[in-house]
Amino acid sequence: MLRQASRLLSRSVTAASSKSATTRAFSTELPSTIDSTFVESWKKVAPNMDPPQTPSSFMKPRPSTASSIPTKLTVNFVLPYASELSGKEVDMVIIPATTGQMGVLPGHVPTITELKPGIMSVHEGTDIKKYFVSSGFAFLHANSVADIIAVEAVPLENIDASQVQKGLAEFTQKLASATTDLEKAEAQIGVEVHSAMNAALTG
Amino acid sequence: MASTAAVPFWRAAGMTYITYSNICANLVRNCLKEPFKAESMSREKVHFSLSKWADGKPQKPVLRSDAPQV
Repeated sequence: MLRQASRLLSRSVTAASSKSATTRAFSTELPSTIDSTFVESWKKVAPNMDPPQTPSSFMKPRPSTASSIPTKLTVNFVLPYASELSGKEVDMVIIPATTGQMGVLPGHVPTITELKPGIMSVHEGTDIKKYFVSSGFAFLHANSVADIIAVEAVPLENIDASQVQKGLAEFTQKLASATTDLEKAEAQIGVEVHSAMNAALTG
Repeated sequence: MASTAAVPFWRAAGMTYITYSNICANLVRNCLKEPFKAESMSREKVHFSLSKWADGKPQKPVLRSDAPQV
């Protein structure tokens, strides 16, 4: 799959430099493309039937990107069993992306990122609320809406430090004694999650 | 230009993302303090019965349950 990468990259670079007029517009800016010649020929053949609908006619247009950066970030933080934050306007969230702690401000570049086990903090004025997130994804949209989804997210006070230490010791030992790839992976996951919880409690 | 992109260690070991994510969530739930731990365990209870089909008829069902067997 990636053998083609360098060819495709160089192709898109040259295309962009030579014919920038043909670069595609965002879907919010495209005019609604109903093919009028098709609709006319349809009406000639089947005047009593409505022309068929296309998938795009069922889609709601994407919310437009404001021309000036909004002052607040709208956060939707959901778990499989509960909606922790829904449309809450905040100043900043710091999310534990796999590439490191990422601070998200209003007007952040649209991003999709996978989350690693770690602390997510929601900053509203002087109020900071921290959750430990087990894993998940964060979708940052162009209109300063952040959708954060996690499988499990708990406030730090709900974590039992002694259990974390016990788990860390147990999984470190399992990692040392693991034989198959799968066992090693599971032990490694255990070590990572428990180290992250440890760091969250002590940091 | 090889098709071996950098994969996370769990995918290299043959695990899917959903398995990884569920393992992480279970580990976190195990480390909760008492009332929260009991709540999360009761929330995550599963109970299902699985039967394979042969010749258009269901074979003996396999019951997977967190509820105590009667």
